[in-house]
Formats: sequence, C-alpha cells, structure tokens
Amino acid sequence: MNIVNILRPLLPELLLAISGMVLLIVGAFKGNNASRLISQCIVALFAIAIVLTIFGPKNSNDILKDHFTLDPFVLFVKPLILFGSMIATIMAMNYWRNEKEERFEFSILILFATLGMMVMVSSNNLIALYLGLELQSLCLYILASFRKKALRSSEAGLKYFVLGALSSGFLLYGSSLIYGYAGSIHFEQLDQIIKQTGATISIGGTLGLVMILVGLSFKVSAVPFHMWTPDVYEGSPTPVTAFFAIAPKVAAIAIFLRLIQGPFAHLVHQWQQIIIVLSILSMLVGAFGAIQQKGIKRLLAYSSIGHVGYLLMGFATGSQKGIEAVLVYLVIYVIMGIGTFSVVLALRRQGRLIHDWADLKGLAKSHPGAAFLMAVFMFSMAGIPPLAGFFAKLYIFMAAIDAQLYTLSIIGVVTSVIAAFYYLRIIKMMYFDEVTSSLDIMSSRTLRVIMVMAGVFILCFFIKPDFIAHYARLAATSLVVYQ
Amino acid sequence: MSIGINHYLVISSILFSLGVFGIFLNRKNVITILLSIELILLSVNINLVAFSHFLQDLVGQVFVMFILTVAAAEAAIGLAILVIYFRNRGSIAVEDVNMMKG
Repeated sequence: MNIVNILRPLLPELLLAISGMVLLIVGAFKGNNASRLISQCIVALFAIAIVLTIFGPKNSNDILKDHFTLDPFVLFVKPLILFGSMIATIMAMNYWRNEKEERFEFSILILFATLGMMVMVSSNNLIALYLGLELQSLCLYILASFRKKALRSSEAGLKYFVLGALSSGFLLYGSSLIYGYAGSIHFEQLDQIIKQTGATISIGGTLGLVMILVGLSFKVSAVPFHMWTPDVYEGSPTPVTAFFAIAPKVAAIAIFLRLIQGPFAHLVHQWQQIIIVLSILSMLVGAFGAIQQKGIKRLLAYSSIGHVGYLLMGFATGSQKGIEAVLVYLVIYVIMGIGTFSVVLALRRQGRLIHDWADLKGLAKSHPGAAFLMAVFMFSMAGIPPLAGFFAKLYIFMAAIDAQLYTLSIIGVVTSVIAAFYYLRIIKMMYFDEVTSSLDIMSSRTLRVIMVMAGVFILCFFIKPDFIAHYARLAATSLVVYQ
Repeated sequence: MSIGINHYLVISSILFSLGVFGIFLNRKNVITILLSIELILLSVNINLVAFSHFLQDLVGQVFVMFILTVAAAEAAIGLAILVIYFRNRGSIAVEDVNMMKG
C-alpha cells in the first residue's frame, strides 16, 4: 500500500494543516497587512476542502491504522462544519475591517479550530478524539479573548479556558477508566467488548462513561454544564460568538452522537437516563433563562442552550429516526445561526455594533428588509410553520414519540411555547415599537447576501424538506449499522 | 503488602478530586486554578500508566505522551490569557472575575 493511498482519505485535513502553517509563516513575515489576503485564502481553502470531502473517498475504516474513520455520517457533518466556518470567516473579515483592527492570526485560528473539529468528528479512538478536541478548544480559548485590550473579552477567554480545561479533564479521566476497565480505546473494539460482556460494563467503566458524558455535555453546553455559555457568548467579539454558535456546536454534537451510538451503543440503558435529564434541564433553562435577558448575545446563548435540549431529545431516542432528526436539526440550526448573526453584525449605530435587543425598536421602519429577515429567523427559531425551524422540531418530536418518550416530548412542546414568548417579543419590538434612535445604513454587501441566502433557505425549506432528510438518513444508517 | 492497581487508582482519584475541588472551592487567585488543572491531567496520567502496566498494553503510555504535550500547550495558553486579563483588570483574584453575570 503506497503512501498516496494511505493519505488520500485525509486530503482535506492535510490541505488545511499544511496551508495553515504556510499562511502562518506568510503572516509572520508580512504582518497585519496580509490579513485580508490570508482570510481570503482561508475562505477559498474551506471551499476546496468542502469539495474534496464531498467528492473524495466515501468509505474507509482504517485510516492511519484505525485512528480515523470515514463514513456517510462523517461525510455529512464535515461539509457542514466547513461551511459554517467559511461563512463565519467571511462575516469576521467584514467585522474586523469595519473596526479597523485586522489581525492575521484570526482567520488562521479559525482554520486550526476547524481542523481540530474535523479530526474530532472523524476520530476512531479516544486518542484521536482527545487531540482533535484539544486542537479545537485551544484555538477557541484564544479566539474568545481575541480583543486583548477589552476586559470583557479577556474575562470571557479566562472563564472559557478554566471550564473548558476542566471538561477536558473529565473527558480524559473517563477515557482512562474506559481504557482500564474495557481494555481498549478503539471505538469498534470497545463496541465488541461491551457486546461480548452482555451489554454491561463494570462499575469503573460506568463511571468512565458518565465522566465522558459530563465532559461532552460541557462542550455542547447542556444544562447543568452550561454556565460558561452566556458569559463567553457575551464577552467574546461578536464574529467569534457567531463562530462559536455555528461550527464547534456541530462538531461537539456529532462526536457526542458518535460515542453514544458507536462504542457505547449497547449501554443505552445506562446513558439514556442521563441524556433525558440533560435534555429536560437544557430545554427549561433555555426557555426560562432567556426571558429576562436584555443583551442580544446573552439571549442567543440561552437560545442555543434550548436548542441543545431539543438535540439531546433526539439523542435520547437512540433510534435511527432520532439521529436523522438530530442531523436535520443541526443543518437548520446552523443556517438560522448564520442568518441571525449576519443581521446582528450588519446593524450598527454610529459605527458601533448594537448590544441590546431594545436597540432594534422600530427596525421595521428604518430597515424593512433586515427586520423582515430577522423576523423570519426568530419565527423559525420559535418553530412556527411553515419555516425550517418548525420541521426541525417536528422531526425531533416525531422520533421522540416513536420511541415512547411521551413526558420528554410534552416538556419539549411546553418549553417551545415558552421560548416563543421571547422570540415574539423581539418581533414585536421591531414592528410595533417606536424608534428610539436611528441605526446606520447597512453598508456591507456581503452580509446582506449572506442574510438573504439564509432567509431564502429558511423560507423555502418546506418546498422540499426531504432534500436534507435523504442525506441525513444515509448518515444515520451508517452510524447505526456500525454497531 | 504489595502495591496493586487499586492503590494507583485511589491515588489518582484523590488527585483528581483535589483538582476539581481546587477549581471550585478556591477563592484566592487564578494561578491556583491553573495548578488544579495540571493536577487533574496528571491524575489521568497516573491512571493510564497504571492501567497500561497491568494490562500489559502500550497504548496507555502512548496516550500519556500525548496528554503531556497537550498539557504543556494548555498551560501556555492559560498563562497567556491570564496575563492579558491581568493587564486589563489589574488583579487575578477569583472574586474579581465578575464583569458578566446573569
């Protein structure tokens, strides 16, 4: 077997890694003047990596001696992550140019964080999982504290670092216990071992499983491990918040799904209870926590906690239908996130970004287009038909009812109604309140294009909802067959 | 009495708990939190090396090498963030990390 064949499935990762290092050297020599060039290169690299992933090898289980795997599930998630990072980079380029604070490291950090996510989602053993996770997290800590003169940004970075490192510690301790009690770190071998022992695991192994779940719950910000989310979302520079809300969430959800459906699939009775509790708590905190929030980013943080609750409901079903629903939800969640943040990043008052929802009062009169799109995204997040967000929730609830999780579904519907309150309040502010002070004209054409495209997707999703569901079904099948 | 795997596991779980409590109970300064994080990672290493020896399997020790490397990078980034935080706030007391709440 020659080297080309071995490395062929890793081509997108290798491309990102090598060009990331080259661009770092370019940046080191040319300084911040090259930052626009570097960002453009990175956007192009993401686009190339998407193409390479989609048209590359479809199936491979023994990349670099079982370290990585490639199946329809990975092929579904990777382009989504790359797409999210690409849009986040474009939005960030625009933001830093407006702020006149361009620095070349920014896009490179996003590039490496994305590389970490790709390694993580395609990992096939606990070492690769840990390394990918850390490559991602270390870049994200720096991104959170990127505006180093601002106290809030550095505080966000500090909090994220401490809690992120703690969660990695939990994940690692869990991995070490799993290694000790099951005797392997490979996902497939673990699955075989657990199957042979009759779907049970010793008490040490159970402890390991719980700790791994705790570590991952931190990363997806499920309640009660969510306390970093509002602060980090609020303190980080807005394009970084947009990136946090889009890409790392997808990667963390994907690896969570891989673990509980892959190596620990037969321990469903042990993790299902935990996931159900996490899901209920996340939905409740997401709904009630957001009500008294005035800041835009803080409210979006609670909203994302709520969305994680619905995603976890899909996890809890443990069925193929549930996984499919989670994947469709993820796609729609990413698009809604892109849309909302592109509106937030586009609206400025006297050259500064707005911070509070109250600043949007009377937006419909001054910026009818932006107000309409924001209303579409908010309606979609609240789950009003016929927008995409409705279908996302519909699939999840259908899967949960099929799995006879009636209590969970009822709580989900109730919290979804409660959450609709604050989404609708935003729409009321935009359409029915008087203008307090006027906002600047939206200057950026890129942001307008992005928000219109996201809006069109959300509005037109109902015409052909099976389009994404088809690929999600393939991905879910591959994940379940893998047992 | 010979030293078996249980002794190693107990030591490592004590160190792990110390690390976790160090993060949550400590009210003095952030450096202590960084130390606690290192303690957690090292307790994992003890676990892995012990298991690796008793399973007669090298994978655990390879894992330890990776964790050591990442821990070094993590400490570097943590200290860097702490330095810029100190420049902005003028203090690294844990109670002072309170700009954002709610």
